[in-house]
Amino acid sequence: MSDTHSESALHTAYVRKEMLPERDPPASQKGAVLWMRENLFSSIPNAIMTVVSLYVIYYILAGIGPWMIGGIWDAESLTECRAIRDELYGHGREVACWAVITDRWHQLLFGFYPQDLYWRPILTLALFGVAVAPVLFENAPRPLLIVTAIFPFVAYFLLWGGSVWGPAAVAVGFILAWAILTYTQDILGSLAATLAAIVVPLLYWLYLVGPVAGWLHGLAPIGIEAVGSDEIGGFLLALVIGGTGIILSLPIGILLALGRQSDLFIINKCSVIFIEVIRGVPLIVWLFTASLLLNYFLPPGTNFDLMLRVIIMVTLFASAYIAEVVRGGLAALPRGQYEGADSLGLNYWQSMQLIVLPQALKISIPGIVSTFIGLFKDTTLVVFVGLSDPIGFSNLIRATSEWNGIYWELFIFIGICFWIFCFSMSRYSQWLERKLNTGHR
Amino acid sequence: MKKSVFLGTLAVTGLAAGFAAADAHSGGTLGEVQARGALNCGVTTGLVGFAAPDANGEWQGFDVDVCRAVAAAVLDDPSAVNFVPTTGQTRFTALASGEIDLLARNTTWTFSRDVDLRFEFVGINYYDGQGFMVPRDLGVASALELDGATVCIQTGTTTELNLADFFSSNNMSYEPVPVETNAEAQQQYLAGACDVYTTDASGLAATRATFEDPAAHVVLPEIISKEPLGPLVRHGDNEWGDIARWTLNALIAAEELGVTSANVAELAGGTENPEINRLLGTEGALGEMLGLDNDWAQRAIAAVGNYGESFERNIGENSAIGLSRGLNAQWTDGGLLYAPPFR
Repeated sequence: MSDTHSESALHTAYVRKEMLPERDPPASQKGAVLWMRENLFSSIPNAIMTVVSLYVIYYILAGIGPWMIGGIWDAESLTECRAIRDELYGHGREVACWAVITDRWHQLLFGFYPQDLYWRPILTLALFGVAVAPVLFENAPRPLLIVTAIFPFVAYFLLWGGSVWGPAAVAVGFILAWAILTYTQDILGSLAATLAAIVVPLLYWLYLVGPVAGWLHGLAPIGIEAVGSDEIGGFLLALVIGGTGIILSLPIGILLALGRQSDLFIINKCSVIFIEVIRGVPLIVWLFTASLLLNYFLPPGTNFDLMLRVIIMVTLFASAYIAEVVRGGLAALPRGQYEGADSLGLNYWQSMQLIVLPQALKISIPGIVSTFIGLFKDTTLVVFVGLSDPIGFSNLIRATSEWNGIYWELFIFIGICFWIFCFSMSRYSQWLERKLNTGHR
Repeated sequence: MKKSVFLGTLAVTGLAAGFAAADAHSGGTLGEVQARGALNCGVTTGLVGFAAPDANGEWQGFDVDVCRAVAAAVLDDPSAVNFVPTTGQTRFTALASGEIDLLARNTTWTFSRDVDLRFEFVGINYYDGQGFMVPRDLGVASALELDGATVCIQTGTTTELNLADFFSSNNMSYEPVPVETNAEAQQQYLAGACDVYTTDASGLAATRATFEDPAAHVVLPEIISKEPLGPLVRHGDNEWGDIARWTLNALIAAEELGVTSANVAELAGGTENPEINRLLGTEGALGEMLGLDNDWAQRAIAAVGNYGESFERNIGENSAIGLSRGLNAQWTDGGLLYAPPFR
């Protein structure tokens, strides 16, 4: 064996001196072909699955694609849409009639809001973007928090209009509460100051706001055209209800979650009962309660705005869910974190604010955001109490003789609008999770 | 956390508005409406021909015209109406609680609604009845041939009960396909999920008018229920009820007497016919008896036209829905419309 080997080595006539140039891998081992072999056709079952899935996707797209792309955008009514379609494609082909969207998009977005005042909701939305920036992104400039603080009043003023002094007079109540809390603590003591900070503004709101605002308006009648709640509809209504519910339910939910963990008997039991009752009953029942039952309890003739009643119910409902999500986060924290906070000598609020809640909320982010997304989509339920949200408007639009018989086009438009908002919320939560994930579980 | 002030703002303004409204609660519904300067009128959340907003947000329809006529009579302004969309569930509470002054929402006049729910139906503005629609291909000529059919039916309505009664009394069976809304029913019916669609005959006509090929579907001749639809008000305020009742009667009588929105101004100058004179307020003082002025009916007719004009414009044979007058013709033409005399 060894002879043969050495002999052949001796008789070698040619020895390669230079390196071969680098070559591309074979066509089957690179690029799209390799990717397809690895991901789509790695085994026979996988290949079959791929082919079947591709066929299904093709089938769906072939059905919907021409219908959507061939759609007609410019017509006055469904009948006209059909006439145009027959002219373009001949009889027998089904295409979408997007003309209903071009004709009625403003109602789906703004409801009956006066058309020349559309700048007000748009400005409100833009301000909302500015106001939430410092809350959502920590590298946004801090002075923007002033915008955040005054935004609720500005938003109310812009959307509903009327005298500027109404929201301003209400805002004074909060300044009052803050002033009492800051300056009377030394004189009255902490508990009395807290109580006064709650009671005095409440009395002020109940008995003084109306006369004060009226008097100020008499002195300087500054205001913009008032718009009634019944004129707010469509997607604007969904945003107002959903946005208010989302923003208010987080703090209330956190307080409820803390209340449920509290050792104080009354607070504990009140929180538990509130959460379990609200969560144990479907939202639609609460909406009917808001719209029907409250009418019987309130004094006759009281015109307590239906939209406000619905906002309150939606907020309470979402708060109960948030409370349970946050409680999950609190329960997931190791006992040592609480004990560590105690051993540092922090009082209850300090330990919650500095140690417990930042960690608990971080764990709860996915749950909180999915509750928010659910809440935002649940606003479509208000259609059952007669409010004209986008779904309500789709019914109203279908009830006109021009657009009766139209169906999917409206739902697709509404679906896209909701998807944009829900998807951005979902992306924000994923970004926040990645940012906060500091390697600690 | 700062945003909780928003709720505060809303709550406080809401309460303030509430107290303000409570103060005005004297002098009956008429006084309230006049103080408010607008009529709160309950309508449907959309029903073809009866109530729907156009692209400019203006409400239009046969029921809407009743609201506008009352607003014109009381407030001299047919546009001074706040339309409150109500669903089948919320309509009666909205009326009972005072959220609306008048409900003109194709509501069937029944004993229990009138007596037990404590409402006052002020008349009938449309005589409807439940019917059936089938594809022409099915070859059915009468509802009595529908044994074993699948039927699309809106759940939770009297139509559901009527259907069950009709099939059991004729010893037939059927399979219900429950649907939630009329729009959904149209889709299901066109997709062939059911052989038959049943709802009020006016609704069937409106639905059929939207089909690609209306001639391929027939509405069967049987009408299996009585659905007298009319506007209603709360029990206990008879002055307000009278105004609503006689406004509707004025529209019906105007058609019978040949008064239209076009000639009402001319006829109001005085005619040979004393009943027209009394109706339009040139003779007698009928308006003052209602607590209005004597031109009230004249304004209502000028605003929406007489009953026949309103019918033709919204749901009549020349409109997209194409309903014939049928039972809703004047009694002189063999229909059921019969306004009591204005004297």
